[in-house]
Amino acid sequence: MRYEPVIGIETHVELSTASKMFCGCPAGFGGEPNTNVCPVCLGLPGALPVPNERAIQWTVALGIALGCEITQHSVFHRKNYFYADLPKNYQISQFDLPLCVGGHLEVDPGSGARRVGITRVHLEEDTGKSTHLGGGGRIHDAEGALIDFNRSGIPLMEVVSEPDIRTPEEARAYAQELRAIVLALGISDARLEEGSFRFDANVSLRPEGDEALGVKVEVKNMNSMRSLQRALAFEIDRQTALLDDGEPIAQETRHWDEEAGRTQPGRSKEESSDYRYFPEPDLVPLQTNPDVVERIRSGLPELPALRRARYVTLGIEPTAAATLVAGDLANLFDATVAAGGDPRAAANWLTGEVAAHLNRTGAAPADISLDGASLAELIGMVGGGDLSATAAKEVLIGVLAGEGSPREIATTRDLLQVSDESALGPEVDSVLAAHPDEVGRIREGEERLVGFLVGQVMKATGGKADPRLVDRLIRERVGL
Amino acid sequence: MDLADLTIAEAGARLRSGDLTAVDLLAAVRRRVSMTEAILHAYLTIDADGATAAAVEADAAFSRGEDRGPLHGIPIALKDNMVTRGIETTCSSRILAGYIPPYDATVVERLKTGGAVILGKTNLDEFAMGSSTENSAYGTTRNPWNPDRVPGGSSGGSAAAVAVGSAFGAFGSDTGGSIRQPASLCGVVGMKPTYGLVSRYGLIAFASSLDQIGPIGRTVADTVTLFEAVAGHDPADATSFRGSYPDPRVDLDKGVKGLRIGIVRELSGDGIQPGVAAAFQATVDRLDAAGAAVKEVSLPSTEFALSAYYLIAPAECSANLARFDGVRYGPRVDGDSVEAMMSATRRDGFGPEVTRRILLGTYALSAGYYDAFYGQAQKVRTLVMEDFKKAYAEVDVLVTPTSPTTAFEVGERADDPLAMYLSDICTIPSNLSGDPAVSVPVGLDEDGLPVGFQVLAPALGEAVMFRVAAEVERLSGFDIRPELASSEGAR
Repeated sequence: MRYEPVIGIETHVELSTASKMFCGCPAGFGGEPNTNVCPVCLGLPGALPVPNERAIQWTVALGIALGCEITQHSVFHRKNYFYADLPKNYQISQFDLPLCVGGHLEVDPGSGARRVGITRVHLEEDTGKSTHLGGGGRIHDAEGALIDFNRSGIPLMEVVSEPDIRTPEEARAYAQELRAIVLALGISDARLEEGSFRFDANVSLRPEGDEALGVKVEVKNMNSMRSLQRALAFEIDRQTALLDDGEPIAQETRHWDEEAGRTQPGRSKEESSDYRYFPEPDLVPLQTNPDVVERIRSGLPELPALRRARYVTLGIEPTAAATLVAGDLANLFDATVAAGGDPRAAANWLTGEVAAHLNRTGAAPADISLDGASLAELIGMVGGGDLSATAAKEVLIGVLAGEGSPREIATTRDLLQVSDESALGPEVDSVLAAHPDEVGRIREGEERLVGFLVGQVMKATGGKADPRLVDRLIRERVGL
Repeated sequence: MDLADLTIAEAGARLRSGDLTAVDLLAAVRRRVSMTEAILHAYLTIDADGATAAAVEADAAFSRGEDRGPLHGIPIALKDNMVTRGIETTCSSRILAGYIPPYDATVVERLKTGGAVILGKTNLDEFAMGSSTENSAYGTTRNPWNPDRVPGGSSGGSAAAVAVGSAFGAFGSDTGGSIRQPASLCGVVGMKPTYGLVSRYGLIAFASSLDQIGPIGRTVADTVTLFEAVAGHDPADATSFRGSYPDPRVDLDKGVKGLRIGIVRELSGDGIQPGVAAAFQATVDRLDAAGAAVKEVSLPSTEFALSAYYLIAPAECSANLARFDGVRYGPRVDGDSVEAMMSATRRDGFGPEVTRRILLGTYALSAGYYDAFYGQAQKVRTLVMEDFKKAYAEVDVLVTPTSPTTAFEVGERADDPLAMYLSDICTIPSNLSGDPAVSVPVGLDEDGLPVGFQVLAPALGEAVMFRVAAEVERLSGFDIRPELASSEGAR
C-alpha cells in the first residue's frame, strides 16, 4: 500500500537577548559552568521572575514574520515536572494563551512552493544542562552528574507547525526557511551545533487518501538539517515496513542516532505526562499594546523570501539566491555588492569557494575574516586583469587565513598579473623573434598556434602576464 | 520603665535626643529575650554579632549626623521565611536545615538601608502553613499570655516576640491570616498590606498570589512605621504595585466621625466564641458612639472562601515547594537514581502538614480535576472580590473579629486540620481579594487571653484602615503586657 507521511515540527530557538528571560544574567553561550547565574535562574528560595521585554518583542517579531495573529492577552503558565536541570522543577512557559497563533510559512524544497501552517509561537525559559559522569556518558549508567545552570533561564521560543509537511525534503526546507527568517530578524544565532536552534518532529503515516491520522512517533536529537531529513526518511521507511507487515506502530519518542543512521526508542520509561499547567502567579498576564506591535511590524527587516526575489533581479540564479539566503551568506553578499563588487561574481565566490571553506571549517560567516569590502576588491582585481582566476583562489585562502587584504596578499605572494602593455611588448617581441616558423604558419592560417605563443610568453614572464592581453598583442603583431 | 517596653516612636525620640543609644536598646531587648525565650521559643536564630554590629553602626551614623529614618537603631525580628544573606533561613523546615541564603530579601535590604537592627529570625509553622506555630520542625512557640496556649500562626514567633518586647517590631507573612491571627492571639497589632504594596522578592513562597509580607507592632502607629519602611515598588517583583497610594499616616488622629463602617453578617455570628463576640460588640458600640455610621453588610461568598482558599493555596504551594529537591541546596537523602534521591529527600524533609498540602494541591491541578477544583476555586475568588466591591460601595471599611476564638491549647487542634483551618475564616477573604486588613487588640476574654478586632479596607485603602484602627486602639484603651514580659512573670 502507498502511505502518506504526516509531519509536524516543533522548533526551539534560543534568543540572543543580552540577558535571560526572567533575570538579569547574561544569556550568552559558553562561560565557565555556573558563572552566569543568580538566585532567580538557580531557583533559590524566595527568588522571583521578571519578564524580559525584548524577548517578548522578538517573539512578536517572529510571529509577525510568520503571518501569525499577535494575541492581545497572553499568559505565562507553570509547567510542572521534576528534573534535575530544571531548578524550580517547573518551567515558566505558555499554555493555552500563547503570544502568537495561526501563521504560515511558504517553503520550496525544489519541487514547488508549499504552505506549512504555523500553529503557535510561544515563549518559555531554557533549562540547565546536565553532564553525566562515568559509564557511557548517558544517564542510565552514569556514576554522577554535573549541572551547569548558565543555560537555565535563557529565553526559548517554541514554534509549532501544523502537521502539513509531507516529505523529509519539505521538512528540511521548512527548518531552513524558519532558520533563515530567525537570522534575518537577528533574534538568535540559530546554531544547530550549539543547540540554539533545535527541533523535534512528529511523524505518522496514513494510507493515501485517508483523512484519519495514524499513530504518531516523536523523533528527537537531530542536530543538523541533514540529520533532520535523514531521520525522517528513516522513520518513514521504518513505519512503512511495519505497516506493510501488519505490525502496529508504537506511540513513542525515538532518538536519532547519527552514526548508526537510525532512530532508536528512548531509554527513559514512557509515561503519560501530566504537567499540571496553571497560570504563573508570580507574573501578571501580558497585555500586548497594538502600537508596539505596529512599531515592530514596520521595523521588520527584509525577510528571506523578498531577499531572494531581489537577488534574482540582480541577475543571480534562483538556486544561488536560495543558497545565499539559507546559508547565512546574504549579509556578506549585500556588503560585497554595496562595496562595488559585481553581484554575479559575488554570488559565485560565496556559493563556491567561501561556502566550501565554511563547510570545511565549520565557521559561521560572521566569524570569518572576509568582509564585503575585501571580496569586492578581489572581484575587482580579477575583472581588471590584475589576478588570474587561479591566483584569485589562492588570494582568497590568504584572506580567509587573516593575512591581509587581497591586494596585500597578491603583492606579497607575487601573484599580480602583468597587464601593462608597455611592459609586455618587449617580451612578446622577443618570443615572436625566437619563433619565426610558427609566426609564418599563423599568417598562413594556422591560428591555433597563437595559443602556443601565448604559452611561451607566459613561460618567459613566469606566469604573471595577463594571458588575455598577451593574446591580443600577439594577434596585433602577426596581423590577424 | 524597661527600655524594651518603649514603643518605636518613643525609642526613636530618645535615640535622637541622645538620651539613649541603639546599643542600649539592643541590650534591653536581648535581656528580654534571655528572660522569656526558655518559655516562649519565639526565635529560631539570634544573630547576636550581626545585631551588635548594626547597633554600633546605627549609633555611629547618628553621631555623624545621619538619620536613616524611623527604624534607625530599632531592634527588629523577621519571620524565618524571609531570606537573609549569611544567616540561616529554614522556614521551620528540615528541608532547609542549615541553608544560608546568598542574598537579602528586598524587605531585608530596605530595613538595613533604614538603619534597623535585625536581631534574629522567628519561628513559624513550616513554610507558613498553619495557624498555631506547632507545625515547626524546630519546636512550638508558646503564647506569652499563657504558655499552655498557642501563639497562633503561622507568624507566631514574630507576634510572640513583639508581645513580650523581644523585638520592637517584627515582620511576618500573611497568606490566609498568618500575621493577623497570631497578632490577635498575642495581643499585638498585625497588618496585611494590599497585595503588591510590599515586595515578595526573597519571601520563600507558600502561595504566590496570596502571600504578602506585613508588620507586627505594639501599637497602630508603630505598625504604620514598620509598614512604611518596607512598602513601595520593587522592580524585582513583577506583581509589585507601581502607582502611588494614600499616605497611611496622615489620617491616624482623625477619628471615625462620619465614616461608614460595615459589620460582616457572615463573620460575626455563628462559631464566634462568646468572649470574642462580646469584645467585638463592645468595640463596635464604641465606634458607633464615636460618630461612625455602623451598618450590617453581607459577603455571601465568604461561605465558600475557605474551601476556595484550601484549593488555591495548596495548588500554588505544590509548585512553589517543588524546588526543594536536594539537588542544589539543603540536606540530601541519597537514592539509587535522581528521582529516588528527590523522593527520599522530600519525604524526609517536609512535615505532615506541608506534605498534606502538596498532595492536595497536586491533586487539584491534575488533568481531569483542574476545572472542578482549581478552576472552580478561581471562580469563587472572583465572587469574593465582587462581594467586597459591592460592600465597599456602601461602607468605607468592614470590621470582623480577627479570629473566631482566642488562643487555644497547644495540641488541641493538632490532629484536626479542619478545626485548625477554621481559625482563618475571618482573615482568608482579604487574601483572596488582595485587600488590606489589620488586627488590633481590644481586650481580654474570660480566660485573660487577648481578643483581636479586624479592620478591612478596599485595595490601597491603608490610610482609612489605619485611621479606624487607631481609633479602635484609643477607644479600647488596651495597654497591658503579658506577665511574662515583666521580670516577675518570668520567674
